[in-house]
Order: sequence, then C-alpha cells, then structure tokens
Amino acid sequence: MWLTHVVLCQGLDDGPDFLSEEDRGPRAVNVDLQTDATLQVDISDALSERDKVKFTVHTKSTLPNFKQNEFSVVRQHEEFIWLHDSFVENEEYAGYIIPPAPPRPDFDASREKLQKLGEGEGSMTKEEFTKMKQELEAEYLAIFKKTVAMHEVFLCRVAAHPVLRKDLNFHVFLEYNQDLSVRGKNKREKMEDFFKNVVKSADGVLVAGVKDVDDFFEHEKTFLLEYHNRVKDASAKSDRMIRSHKSAADDINRIASTLYTLGTQDSTDVCKFFLKVSELFEKTRKIEARVAADEDLKLADLLKYYLRESQAAKDLLYRRGRALVDYENANKALDRARAKNKDVLQAETSQQVCCQKFEKISESAKQELIDFKTRRVAAFRKNLVELAELELKHAKGNLQLLQSCLGVLKGDT
Amino acid sequence: MAASSRRNPPPLPGAENQDPLSEMADEDSDEGEDIFVGNSNPVAEAFQPDTANGEEPADLFSEAETSTAANSYITNSKSNGVHSDNENDLFAEVSVELSMENPSTTAKSSGAEFTPSLTLSATQPESMEQLEEEKDEDSFDMEVAVTNPEKIGDGMNAYMAYKVSTRTTLPMFRNRTFSVWRRFSDFLGLYEKLSVKHSLNGCIIPPPPEKSVVGMTKVKVGKDDSSSADFVERRRAALERYLQRVVCHPSLLQDPDVREFLERDELPRAVGTHTLSGAGFLKMINRASDAVSKMTIKISDSDAWFDNKLQEVESEELQLRKLHAVVDSLVNHRKELCGNTAVFAKSMAMLGNSEDNTALSRALSQLAEVEDKMETLHQEQAASDFFILAELLADYIRLLGAVRGCFEQRMKTWQRWQEAQSTLQKKREVEAKLLWANKPDKLQQAKEEITEWEGKVTQYERDFDRISVTVRKEFLRFEKEKSNDFKSQIVKYLESLLQSQQRHVKFWEAFLPEAKAIA
Repeated sequence: MWLTHVVLCQGLDDGPDFLSEEDRGPRAVNVDLQTDATLQVDISDALSERDKVKFTVHTKSTLPNFKQNEFSVVRQHEEFIWLHDSFVENEEYAGYIIPPAPPRPDFDASREKLQKLGEGEGSMTKEEFTKMKQELEAEYLAIFKKTVAMHEVFLCRVAAHPVLRKDLNFHVFLEYNQDLSVRGKNKREKMEDFFKNVVKSADGVLVAGVKDVDDFFEHEKTFLLEYHNRVKDASAKSDRMIRSHKSAADDINRIASTLYTLGTQDSTDVCKFFLKVSELFEKTRKIEARVAADEDLKLADLLKYYLRESQAAKDLLYRRGRALVDYENANKALDRARAKNKDVLQAETSQQVCCQKFEKISESAKQELIDFKTRRVAAFRKNLVELAELELKHAKGNLQLLQSCLGVLKGDT
Repeated sequence: MAASSRRNPPPLPGAENQDPLSEMADEDSDEGEDIFVGNSNPVAEAFQPDTANGEEPADLFSEAETSTAANSYITNSKSNGVHSDNENDLFAEVSVELSMENPSTTAKSSGAEFTPSLTLSATQPESMEQLEEEKDEDSFDMEVAVTNPEKIGDGMNAYMAYKVSTRTTLPMFRNRTFSVWRRFSDFLGLYEKLSVKHSLNGCIIPPPPEKSVVGMTKVKVGKDDSSSADFVERRRAALERYLQRVVCHPSLLQDPDVREFLERDELPRAVGTHTLSGAGFLKMINRASDAVSKMTIKISDSDAWFDNKLQEVESEELQLRKLHAVVDSLVNHRKELCGNTAVFAKSMAMLGNSEDNTALSRALSQLAEVEDKMETLHQEQAASDFFILAELLADYIRLLGAVRGCFEQRMKTWQRWQEAQSTLQKKREVEAKLLWANKPDKLQQAKEEITEWEGKVTQYERDFDRISVTVRKEFLRFEKEKSNDFKSQIVKYLESLLQSQQRHVKFWEAFLPEAKAIA
C-alpha cells in the first residue's frame, strides 16, 4: 500500500495531473530564477521509503569547477539542512538573505489515514474502500510532490544567487556522489541549537531596539516585522480554510456513494434519478478537491514560503544590526583607548574590522532586500493570477457539469 | 373512477368484489358517510369526542369515508357487527336516513348521491357535483402556507404562533382565501386526531415535525441569536410541508378536523400533546408495548407483495438515515468553511495593508474582498444544503416510519382475525363438549356465542382484506409522491448549486485583471 516510487521526470509525470501545471521548469514559487546555462539544478526523481525521502539532484553546468557537464547525485533531507546551516554559519554570507531551508517531509498524517483505512476495511463496501484508498493515495502523492518542489526551490535559489552559487559546500553537495555522512543533529547538538536560538532572539530584541541611522534600513525593519507577523497569520488561516474545503469535498464523496447505493436498489424512475445525481456528485467532488488542492498550492504554499523568506530577511537585518552594534562598540572602545592612550592599535584594528564588516553587510543587504521585494511581488503576481485562472476554470467546469446534468434530469421528468 | 359510477347505487351483494370497496374506500365518498347517520348516534358519543358537539356526526362521516365498515372499530358498541356486514344493505338504508339526518354540519359534502329523491338543503346539490368533479382532478386546487412566526407572551409560557393561510377553490370551505393563527401544539393535535381516526385503516398519516424542548426553550427565553432564528425558520418550513402533505392526501383532506384546523378561528387547546402530560406518558407506554408485539408478529402471507415492500421500506430508511448523516456533516463543514473563509479574508486584508508595493497591496485587498464574497456563497450553500436536502431526508425518514406503522396496522388486523378464528374454534369445541354432556341451556348460550364469533371472524377477515387494499393503494400513492418530491427537491438543490457556481465565476473574473495588474 505504500507508494514507493514516484517518477517525476519532466513531462513524464504519471501521477494524477494534480500538479501538471507545475511540472514544467522549476516548480518554483519564485519566478525570476535565471535558468541560465551556466548552472541549472533540479530534482529529477524522488523515492519515498518508510522514514525518508531520497531526492535525485540533477545538475547541468558549463562551469569549469565541475568534472562533468551533467551529473546526478542522491541526497536526503538532512543533507539539505546541512547545506543551509553551512551558509548561515558562514560569516562571509552574513550580508545575504540565505534561502530558507525546506521543511522536513512529513507524511505522518497521511500515513495514519492510510493505516486507519486499512483497519476499517471490513466495515465498508468494496467500492467505498477502493475510492477512499485512491483518495488517500492521491493525497500522499500530492504531499510528496510538494516536498520535492520545496527542496528544489531551495536549490534553485542557491544556484541563482550570484555569490552562493560559487560556494564550495554547494558544489560538493551537487557533485560528490557518495554519502555526505551528514548525520542529523544528536540530542546535545539540538539542545545547543535551542539555546543559541533563545540567545539570538533575546539579542535580536536588543539589536532591533537600536535606531538605525539609515532610513532605508529603519523602514525595512518595521516593515518586515509587521509583514512577517501578518504572513504568519494569513498562512495559518489559509490552511484552516483549505482543510474545511477538503472536508466538504470528502462529504460530497460520501453522499455520492450513498446515492449510488440507493440508486442501485431498484430500477424505478427515482432510482435512475439517484444514479445520475450520484454520478454528478462524483464529478463535482473531484473538481472541489482540485479547487482545494490548487488553493493549497497557489495560496497556502505561497504564504508559507514568504513566511520563511521574510524570516530569512529578518535574520539578515539582525546580522546587520549586530554588526552595527559591534561597530559602535568598537568605536567607543577606540575612543576610550585613545583617551587612555593604551592598546590604541589593537582598538584601531578591531574598529577597522567591525567597520568593514558592517559596511560590507549593509551594502549587500540593501541589494538583497530590494531583490527580495521584487521577487516577492513577482511571485505573488504569478500565483494570484494562476489562482484566479484555476478558480475560474474549476467553477466553469462545475457549472458545465451542473447544467448538463440538470438538462438531462429535467428532460427526463 | 368516472364520476358517473358514483351516481349509481353500488352493485348488489352478489356482485361485490374488491373494486367497489376500494373505490369507496378512497373516494371522499358521500355514500359511506350516510351509513352511520341513522345507525349509530350513540356510537358517535362513544367514539373520540374530542371536538365540539356539532362535529361528531362529521367525525363519523370521515370515518366512513375510508372504510365503509369502519364502525367495526367502534368496538364499544355491543351491537354485533352484523349491520355492517353487508354495505350494500346500508346504502339501501341511506336514502331513507338521509332526510332525517343532515344537521347543519360543516361537512357540506355530506349528503348522498341519491339526492334527487330526497329533501336536502338547497345549497347542497351544486356544491356536491362540483366537489365530485374536483375530486376527479389530480391536481388539488388547494394551497396552504405557514408564515409569519410570531412570539406570543413571555418567559416560559411564551409560544410561537404561525399564520396558516389557505387558498382554495374547493367548495367545502366557506371562503376562497382565509387564514388563521395556530401554534405548534395545534399541529400536533391535528396529527393525533387524524392518527387515531385513520391509522387503523392503513392510511399513511404524514408525521408532524418533532418536538424540541431545547429549541423552544431558547426561543421562549428570548435568546435573540441566529440559532433560534434558524430553529424557528426550520420549524415553520417543516410545519408548512407537513400541512401540504396532509392536504395532498385525498382522504385526509376530507376529514373535518383538517377543515376545522384550516378554517376555525379559535381552536381548543390540544391537551394530549404536552410531552410531560399524562397522555404523553400513556403514549410512550403504548409505543413501547407496541414495539414488543411488533417483533413477534409475522404474517404467513400468501401475498408476498407486502413482505417485499416492507423490506424495501426498511432498507431504504436505513440508506436515507446514512445519507442524512452525511448531509449533516456536509452542512457542518460548509459552515466551518464559511467561518474560516471570513477569518482568512480579514487576515488577507491586513496583509494587504502592510504590503508596501501599491499594486500588490491593492490586489491583496481585492483578494480579501473576493474571499469575503465566497464566504457569503458558502453560507447560502450551507443553508441550501440544509433546508432543501437535509430536511427532505429527515421528512422522509419520518414518513417511512409512518409507512412501516401502516404495515404494522395490517399485521395487527391479521392477528386479530387469527385470534378470532382460534376463539371461534374454542367455542365450537365447547359446544361439542356441551352436546356430549347434554346441557341444553348452556348449549343455547354456546350456540349464540358461536354465531357471534362467526360473525366476528367474517368481519375481521373482511377488515383485513380491506386494510390490505388500502395499505397497498396508500403505498403506491406514497411512492409516487416520494418520487416526485425527491426529484423536484433535488433539482431545486442542483439549481441552487448552479447559481452559486455562476456567482463564483463572476467573482473570480472580476479579480483576475486586478491580479494581472500587479507590477
């Protein structure tokens, strides 16, 4: 009953055409990723086993760094996280928005449902069981596709970034065809991480309190804070809305089944009527499920992604703020040293370093934040347009079904 | 069922067969009414005197409509069942009795076909002919509506009054359009009366909507929120459907209780309907004992039709219950969706506000508006799901229960017949023994008893045949009505879905250019 293999070659997708619109090119929430020939990365295949998902990362490049022009490796989720963390910890990249790490593949809910279905097999008719099984398998497939998409987006963002794409770890990630031996963090490391985060957020509050001289950054700070919170809210609410939508579609499914049973009990007029209506509901239900799925993709996923990106942008601002505070402290230290005329040289070098660091971050941060805005607007535009088009398509589809069914039913009576 | 047939006296005893019986049973036949005019005034009193005096003869008339030998149910009368044995004899009597009787009954349709030779009040003949003509038509020119729920009184003694309006061209009513105010217990009272009178004949009596202590208490207490408004609307619609079903039923429409319900300004409070009254408890007990006896009766019926139909009914009821549960779930999920969409819309609006790119900001606000409109759509959809589909299913689940009751009545009748037969058998054995023992005085009594029971057996057998016919006919009528009901309601539901999708399309079409305008 487990889905063990999903072939996701470009254009050769043989799953339900849930995401068929997505299969061309990077399944990107972002849009303006230059797919230039120098470095193209995508996930060409994925395998789902009990606990883990294995992604086949496929690279095409004309860069001299790589041994070949085209090659593939197999990577797991932990290796993506390792790559992401290595960026975050690299001081050199402090001035850039680090593309957010993809979320962990989570099939627990879906697995639970499949299991419950298996247990309840005896209590429902064969048709119902097959139907529900198909439904759950489709859901599993959808989640699967989504997690693949999110991992791919991460890689594409890195590949598109002028500086990050040159990162050595990234090249190793792409090319080294052995296991990277990146184990997941053990308990102790996780605790360390936790504390680091606590310290960071406390610090972040302190740093954020420092008023920035630069208007641009001051504005960005306030903006991002508010924006991030609202995106978080919208993301959670959109999830709930879509879940209700799915439940309603499920109910219509059951109505269709029961009507079918009623219709097959006899061959009277009314029973034929029931059969036709049952058929109609089957079809509309599929459309409703598509609507929910499309809303999930175009709206919920969009919001979730920008939740993570805006967090990454906030992180950038924090780092800059941190650097600013360090710079200011270094200035004060220098002044004190000069006043006492002690360790002046040391203080001077230290101040120089801080100054350089701060200016470097500021410069790239400004560009990054502007880019972030452009990307965001473009992504929203793309997704909202697609959302509207899909909603229209589905509503019209529903309309047509209802009209033709009503025509038949009224004609009969 | 040509009108003309009714103008002729019914066939002589020898020619008696099922058909005349069925005709008489289902027509609002005037012939039947007159049977009891002369015969059983005392019986009238013994029989359900729950209405005002003037109505009693009318009750009998209605009783007679559905079963010409209905007086067999008036078991109080010790008169042997003989005089009902041969309906045809009664008709012969009718022409005589009629002139004596004919009080100013509200049942204007009283009066037999055999009018020409009799003195009747002048207004009668015309209206009767019209009535017959109308009875021939399939479509009843009769509309009832239940509207304007109003709360009367305050606190725990408050109640909702509903306006019952009728529009009709049927001559048996005093006016063409009229309306009265009724409360819920009045509707229940009507059901009780009809049930008592007609269910024994195997009629399918439409059940009224259910009582709801919780719902009503909320209304009484004055909770002015949407749930009590919903409750009242739901009840109003259910009462309307209930009345419509009652007046659609050809026999029930003729029942003077129904007419009184529709016409009379003040109705005496129905007391037997209060949940916690003595009558209420009695009913519960009766129902319980019925349930027990139900399980043990099984007719060795040569007519498998009834068995099959009962099975069909039972399985259908099961499916409808399942369907109702799912539709309920759908209604709830849609309401949930409604709430979540509203919340999401607000969230989107907030996001739009904080977005600093103006075009995107506007687009997001537009999206928030679209979602708001979707919320309205979902709400309407949920209402439609509920009022059209769920209530339809609930109604039919109750109706199927009534149908089952009908079948049970038939079983009871059969049982009574069988018991009479066995009693007769015993009496015969007693007679034989007495003959043997040679006790002439007791023998005479035994012989009398045997005759009595022989009569009963014949009568009960006839009852059983009659009720079988009625049940069969009622069932077919019910099936037809059900088929039409379901079809029309489902079509209505689909049309509401259609409209909803059309508006869907409009809303998103309006949004698309906004999204495209983002730069």
